[in-house]
Amino acid sequence: MKKMPNVTNILLVGVGGQGTILAGKILAQVGLAQGLDVKMSEIHGMAQRGGSVVTQVRMGEQVFSPLIEPGEADFLVAFEKLEAYRWAQMLRPAGTVIINDQRIDPLPVLVGAAVYPPDIVPALKARFSPVLLAPAQTLAGRAGSEKAANVVLMGMLAAGMTIPLTIWQEALAAVIPPKLLAINRRAFAAGLETFGN
Amino acid sequence: MRTLLTGNEAIARGAYEYGVKVATAYPGTPSTEILENIAKCSEIHSQWSPNEKVALEVGLGAAIAGARVLVAMKHVGVNVAADPLFTAAYTGVRGGLVLVSTDDPGMHSSQNEQDNRHYAPFAKIPMLEPADSQQAKDMVGLALEISETFDTPVLLRLTTRVSHSRSLVNLGEPGERAVKPYQKDVAKYVMLPAYGRQRRLFIAERDKRLQAFAENTPVNRIEPGDQAFGIITSGISYLYAREAWPEATILHLGMTHPLPSQMIREFAGQVGRLFVVEELEPYLENQIKAMGLPVTGKQIFPAYGELSVTLVKERIAGALGRETAGREAEPRPFEAPGRPPVMCPGCPHRGLFYVLRQLKLTVTGDIGCYTLGALPPLAVLDTCICMGASISGALGMEKGNPGLARRLVAVIGDSTFLHSGITGLMDIVYNGGTATVIILDNGTTAMTGHQDHPGTGRTLTGQPAYKVDFVALAKSLGVKRVTEVDPFDLPKVKEVVSREIAVPEPSVIIARRPCALLVKTPESPVVVAGCNACKACLRLGCPALSFPEGAGSVEVNPALCTGCGVCTKVCKFGALRKAGEENA
Ligand code: SF4
Ligand code: SF4
Repeated sequence: MKKMPNVTNILLVGVGGQGTILAGKILAQVGLAQGLDVKMSEIHGMAQRGGSVVTQVRMGEQVFSPLIEPGEADFLVAFEKLEAYRWAQMLRPAGTVIINDQRIDPLPVLVGAAVYPPDIVPALKARFSPVLLAPAQTLAGRAGSEKAANVVLMGMLAAGMTIPLTIWQEALAAVIPPKLLAINRRAFAAGLETFGN
Repeated sequence: MRTLLTGNEAIARGAYEYGVKVATAYPGTPSTEILENIAKCSEIHSQWSPNEKVALEVGLGAAIAGARVLVAMKHVGVNVAADPLFTAAYTGVRGGLVLVSTDDPGMHSSQNEQDNRHYAPFAKIPMLEPADSQQAKDMVGLALEISETFDTPVLLRLTTRVSHSRSLVNLGEPGERAVKPYQKDVAKYVMLPAYGRQRRLFIAERDKRLQAFAENTPVNRIEPGDQAFGIITSGISYLYAREAWPEATILHLGMTHPLPSQMIREFAGQVGRLFVVEELEPYLENQIKAMGLPVTGKQIFPAYGELSVTLVKERIAGALGRETAGREAEPRPFEAPGRPPVMCPGCPHRGLFYVLRQLKLTVTGDIGCYTLGALPPLAVLDTCICMGASISGALGMEKGNPGLARRLVAVIGDSTFLHSGITGLMDIVYNGGTATVIILDNGTTAMTGHQDHPGTGRTLTGQPAYKVDFVALAKSLGVKRVTEVDPFDLPKVKEVVSREIAVPEPSVIIARRPCALLVKTPESPVVVAGCNACKACLRLGCPALSFPEGAGSVEVNPALCTGCGVCTKVCKFGALRKAGEENA
């Protein structure tokens, strides 16, 4: 299928309540700061009660649909490992996968009706490159609050994209409330450093 | 200034910019954030009404009084509000009245996926459909203008993807919030049959004028391109079609009732084959076919679920006999287990449902977080239809099959009970029903994100209000047996439920505990010692409890557990204990 020229597609997936929407807002701001058209799509309602959730961000000269088509995501940022695997079919073949090394068992696993797959990361590494994995929670905790795990993941994403860091810094300042900004800047730096930038 | 807004935020911004003075709603996904955002604007009176019918009636009253009004609800809410809507189409308005309906194709958070576009021709009111947030904002202004010019309510129809997608919006300055002078006008606002008949003729004439307007409004427009084929589309489907076929000629309809038939005819004459791209029902397609124009639509597209760029690309290419580079789905080494939504750890509904399951009762359910009690492992509900149907449905089950009577309970949330459970309860008393009604009072409208209602003692804007007394209310309807219980006290819950279902008269149990997400300081997590591996507690379906393979003991996730203690009452071996009671 012909791809819209110059549109970057980023899929943020996780479990309801993990903060994918805030991360999406930072990303959208990064797009706007580059003078790009941006669309973002989010999930509210029933799925937010611990279900699988997805936030989609698209940026480019002109973006029509707010949704990413299967096989067209350039980046997959997974806030949880199983969700990385679930949504991987949305990636294009050379897509980048960024994973928070966290396991949250869904209810069927908790009650013993299903098994949490043990080989998620190797399965993803066999198909995609790069696959970046880091304990975002722990890194965020060190930066001052585990809640900033979503911003650690944005730091990891920034390492995988070629967008000037000043733009990311501006986006953080635009989206994060001032009193939490210092913690989140540290969280972002921690994510970025994980991949040697 | 340009900023990124969701469709719902853009609607709220439109209300602010285009002089809305009164805004009403009942929360429902995907419409909820419209009023939550309007409430930030102190110049607008905004309120949650107990249900959508009341919301629209309040709105119509305000419009008759001369104010500009916006009323918002999810698609099924319009069913509740249909009664005033169909007659508001007759009375018309003084100040502009726009009814926002947010449909949910694909049923992300709904019990059905009805296509509310049909309401516009059915009620005989004009309809606008935005594709993105800019249009959503602009169309609030256009809808109010149409409403006042043509003396009619206007339906503004969004879908989940429009409501919950962010796109760039140009912000404007707020206009005047003027109120038109009030004048009594009996023939217009008192719908006696004689006056109604006059207004029916007015509608026939109004339809003609609206038809002419539709031919010329800039929200209906042709985007020229390759004329081998043409696409007629509206709403979010326009964006899918535009992206799928960048070179195509497209007729993008922003006003979809009445349709601009002249324009459609001309468009059909300009292009080769004609396609209609629309989600859900063949709404546009059937009307275009009725004009005698050959068109391809639902023959190649599903009449359910959502469309996508890929679907629009592939199906039209297929119909044209063109090749598309279809992607083979890559084989996956294993399947990912599902992650269904679940009730939160510490949810007050969990223990109560556990008891209902133990007692093997027939349970009519309702709309809210507690609908999740239908899923395993609790799997306790027998029905869930619409707001309020738990109570009236229980009466029907009892009358239809008296054998069910002594093991029948209805469960309904506090907000849902006030929305449309009261009349059902009145009916149980009036018609000699004996079912037990359990009101799950968690002090909020939880599922949609914790909105206030007349039972919380607070309004949308945070003002204190009278708090409905559920006990007094049930008693005044004639229910003599009303019991309050703490849903965390499982032995008590079991005792009360067993007692009340056995009694051959109506009874109400109020299970009262705040929603776990509203409890700011949860108790310490429970601790495990001496687990017998019977796994009985796992039947609670609490996300904080697990039994890892090979562990030999249940585990509590201290990051999730709220210390509600429900599991401690389920464990027969005393292996789960509240913190501080380990040695009890
Ligand atoms: S939001 Fe409240 S009512 Fe809903 S599942 Fe969670 S605790 Fe229960
Ligand atoms: S583990 Fe037990 S105490 Fe903790 S939230 Fe779940 S049911 Fe309540």
